[in-house]
Amino acid sequence: MSKDWPLFEVFIRSRQGLDHKHVGSLHAADAVMAIENARDVYTRRMEGVSIWVVESRYIHASDPGLSDQLFDPAADKIYRHPTFYDLPDELKHM
Amino acid sequence: MATLDTKFILHLADNALLLGHRNSEWTGHGPILEQDIAISNIALDLVGQARYFYQYAASEINLRHPARLETEDTLAYLRDARDFYNFLMVELPKGDWAVTTLRQFFFSCWQKLVLVKICADSDPQLSAIAQKSLKEINYHLQWSAEWIIRLGDGTDESRERLLAALDLLWTYTGEFFKGSAFYPPVLIMEEISEAWHSLVDSVFTEACLQQEFNNVLSKTRWMHSGGCDGLHTEHLGYLLAEMQFLQRAYPGCTW
Repeated sequence: MSKDWPLFEVFIRSRQGLDHKHVGSLHAADAVMAIENARDVYTRRMEGVSIWVVESRYIHASDPGLSDQLFDPAADKIYRHPTFYDLPDELKHM
Repeated sequence: MATLDTKFILHLADNALLLGHRNSEWTGHGPILEQDIAISNIALDLVGQARYFYQYAASEINLRHPARLETEDTLAYLRDARDFYNFLMVELPKGDWAVTTLRQFFFSCWQKLVLVKICADSDPQLSAIAQKSLKEINYHLQWSAEWIIRLGDGTDESRERLLAALDLLWTYTGEFFKGSAFYPPVLIMEEISEAWHSLVDSVFTEACLQQEFNNVLSKTRWMHSGGCDGLHTEHLGYLLAEMQFLQRAYPGCTW
């Protein structure tokens, strides 16, 4: 077993924000300590009102080597953006 | 309402300032980056609390003695050791991580119990400072209690270090419940002592050290005291020499 404490990813919800945003990562012995460390490291200047932490090993990521096949094909599918509709004048705030 | 003794405000301020200063000595030397920031935050909280108490003490002293012109800075930086009224425990060197966290735990327990009583008392200014500080103290208490449990129920070495810290610090806890002529009547020391011991006992039990803690309790030991009378350990002089150096060498210096 590694002597280092495991790595946690930290997500903070700001006062105005609706969603938790990824802000960085830190080491902690367990989840309780990770939340406290996140409080001490990432909310010292009133950045947040809620904290999520998740151990980094539980995050599964897409393979950067596959980004050609995963993301490039979307580039020429402009019809997927809802910009080709004629909207009646009565419709506001669209 | 009985007039509050300004020495009591200084007592609260000195405790917070000196423990804050001791904790700040960890900055850049913490066992791990995240805990380095945690202990530095606690140091800042304590120095912040000290500032409120000193500001209040200064205004009260100036009101009662019009010839004096005290400020938070003169009280912190221009008094000598004999005029400090802090507990001896907070001026001790920071020691290892076990000493630092156990001292923080002991002190935060005491601070919480005392400030809760002060909140309910009739001095509005002191009560407001106490209320603001309690939010921070609750966090210090949680943080330090978790370290006691982690060290006590951790490895052989962490357990040994915590027990050594307990042995070192225990004889400095007697002062917490001795009271002083300058304490306001709202503080009933037997009550605070009982609540403090039961809180500490519950955390040591969770740290799997109930037996060891009972052994310490059952031994009647001589307790250090004198801080409230300005009689300090040799460590305070060195601490003040470092903390007050700049204002002593360059009076009125600001940056």
